Amino acid sequence: MEVKDIIKEENKVYSKPALLDDVHMHYCPGCSHGVIHKLIAEIVEELDITEKTVGVSPVGCAVFAYNYVNVDWVEAAHGRAPAVATAISRLWEDNVVFTYQGDGDMAAIGTAETIHAANRGENIVMVFVNNAIYGMTGGQMAPTTLIGQKTATTPYGRRVDLNGYPIAITKLLAELDGTCYVTRQSVHTPGAVRKTKAALKKAFQNAMAKKGTSVVEIVSTCSSGWKMTPDEANKWMAEHMFEKYPPGDIKDNA
Amino acid sequence: MTEEIIIAGFGGQGVLSMGKILAYSGLMDNKEVTWMPSYGPEQRGGTANVTVIISDERISSPVLDTYDIVVALNQQSLDKFSPRVKPGGILMYDTNGIHKHPSRTDVKLIPINAMEASFELGNSKAYNMVVMGALLEAMPYKLPMENVMKGLKKSIPERHHHLLPLNEQAIEKGRSLI
Amino acid sequence: MKEEVKLMKGNEAIAHAAIRYGCDGYFGYPITPQSEVLETLEALMPWETTGMTVLQAESEVAAINMVYGGAASGKAVMTSSSSPGISLKQEGISYMAGAELPALILNVMRGGPGLGTIQPSQADYFQATKGGGHGDYHLIVLAPASVQEMVDFVALGFDLSFKYRTPAMILADGIVGQMMEKVVLPEQRPRRSEEEIRRQCPWAANGRKGMRTRNVVTSLELESSKMEEINNRLQERYRAISDNETRWEELDTEGADYLIVAFGSMARICAKAKDIAKEKGIKVGIVRPITLWPFPAEAIRKAAEGKKGILCVELNAGQMIEDVRLSIHDAIPVKHFGRLGGIIPSPQEVVEALENNFIK
Repeated sequence: MEVKDIIKEENKVYSKPALLDDVHMHYCPGCSHGVIHKLIAEIVEELDITEKTVGVSPVGCAVFAYNYVNVDWVEAAHGRAPAVATAISRLWEDNVVFTYQGDGDMAAIGTAETIHAANRGENIVMVFVNNAIYGMTGGQMAPTTLIGQKTATTPYGRRVDLNGYPIAITKLLAELDGTCYVTRQSVHTPGAVRKTKAALKKAFQNAMAKKGTSVVEIVSTCSSGWKMTPDEANKWMAEHMFEKYPPGDIKDNA
Repeated sequence: MTEEIIIAGFGGQGVLSMGKILAYSGLMDNKEVTWMPSYGPEQRGGTANVTVIISDERISSPVLDTYDIVVALNQQSLDKFSPRVKPGGILMYDTNGIHKHPSRTDVKLIPINAMEASFELGNSKAYNMVVMGALLEAMPYKLPMENVMKGLKKSIPERHHHLLPLNEQAIEKGRSLI
Repeated sequence: MKEEVKLMKGNEAIAHAAIRYGCDGYFGYPITPQSEVLETLEALMPWETTGMTVLQAESEVAAINMVYGGAASGKAVMTSSSSPGISLKQEGISYMAGAELPALILNVMRGGPGLGTIQPSQADYFQATKGGGHGDYHLIVLAPASVQEMVDFVALGFDLSFKYRTPAMILADGIVGQMMEKVVLPEQRPRRSEEEIRRQCPWAANGRKGMRTRNVVTSLELESSKMEEINNRLQERYRAISDNETRWEELDTEGADYLIVAFGSMARICAKAKDIAKEKGIKVGIVRPITLWPFPAEAIRKAAEGKKGILCVELNAGQMIEDVRLSIHDAIPVKHFGRLGGIIPSPQEVVEALENNFIK
């Protein structure tokens, strides 16, 4: 059997989601963003909400998310995505609005906007990509950087006496009455990707049903920032990140 | 016709609302009006004042150096504003608690005892309406009582509208002081 | 709602005017001396009538970014604050200028710097007219001198900001915000339908209705040549605004010996000062810039011809005076008079300043 005999419509088991643009992504090899983008593109398509979906992209590596997922986007100032999403969601009641935020955006500069949007129970989805480092600016410490983890601004490892503790913001958000669904997932294995997709889908459905704020944290890798190969990064993530950020649902009232 | 008036006293004496009723009344009488309060922490005690201008013409400055009428409701305000009554103008003041009376001879001095009058009415809360009555009576520009009542109705919350007759009574009491 | 004559504070009037304009959303955070805007809106509950959204945000930063989001989706949205809060909003304002978004921002100025005072001031002139946030941009800056103008400038500000796709600011001060005057409220305008918004703002991000091409609202462009193009486009637009939208008012400028240039509440005080000066035999005319940006430079240059001097009266230490001097290329003496710290000068003080600077 030759390749051309296999590539036939009836044999197709997978195709690139229509809403994922056919362009080169600027993400590094091994980066989790590409997979997460793909999942969002799939879900928007499957839920048939392209005409009413608006994404709010952050400042950070995902700033260019608008170049990859074919929905309407607003690029927010650093940390302000939940405020931007609040207004769009309130002013366009039929719209499905999601934020896509990194750890700096969500848990450092935008903590206030994040907590208050969630506390108001805005009918939005917050997609939180936690890779414990600032990728875009060159690998500096994030609020979620682990104790002892080396970054450009903690070259000898994060120290509690100097830098305080890593913050598990998702757990904090689960405490708020406005959140209906808070979960922590990852995309480092095919099984994990499937679980993350189910979680994201549920979150988008919650937003469509006006159930309140859904938060989907995705514990992720940054092989460039961590200075590892993609494979090493996946292993390191599972060994170290899950201890502080264990995967699983934290809250599900939906 | 232009009346430039300042009412000054303690915060809580109803100075700002008196000004408001006056401004509303002017509006009901188809005049141009401005109401400029002193604002801020002084609302919670301390001194408060409000400048009200009622005119047939477009009003320029809402802030003034001199006034046609000064209504001073404590010593501090009397000291501060009595030099600023225009010659020939009116200086009305409540004698209650005043130990140093004004000495100007080029203005019309009108001492009133509104506090006592409001006690006679059996309602110290009507104090500012008694002052208001005296002011309406003394002011050269005669605001029709009908418009004053309309202004009063506009400027107090609906839940207090049952107090309108009492307020009217207090205004009449104030008028009788002149 | 029909046209109505009312007596109200400038801040309250803003709230009524916003609803009647058909504003889609207000996002704000309380700060003296402008909290009545949000209070009045909450009391009027416009979401029950016109469908307008009103939200008390967790901070000025959040509020302006809500405005950014609302504007990005094509809605007519606004915020209000006072000086320290406006400083916090500068990030969002710069982003809106960069992303070419229409929005209305009200600053009821109080004295600074820092926490300063809650009393009136005009010390944010530089901030409002020279950028405020980062980058090469301008706001359309309207300076109301009466409660009526507070009302009128809501519509004007929104209209101009949509026409030129750039944020507009109403730069008021504590006097205009807190004083009550007779005001004519305009007739209720209907809010635009979603269909109308999509037609008017084909660039807005509000969902790919009809599977149209994706809209992206962003102020980011990492390629320098493209970023220069964007900047050039903005500058071209600012030139068009300067050419077409400069507004001012003149009072007795013809035949006067001296000129006063003042904006907002100060122009009102100066109008009274003009009358006092006239009684003393001093002939003064007034130019009141209504748009602080674009600045009525040409009007001031013309009005200054043949005058002996200009007194620039501002509730600050001398900010607009720089633009006045540039307008006339220092052809005649230009002096500043102002009070600081929240003190309001009286008309008499203005006359004295005129005499001290030019006559005595």
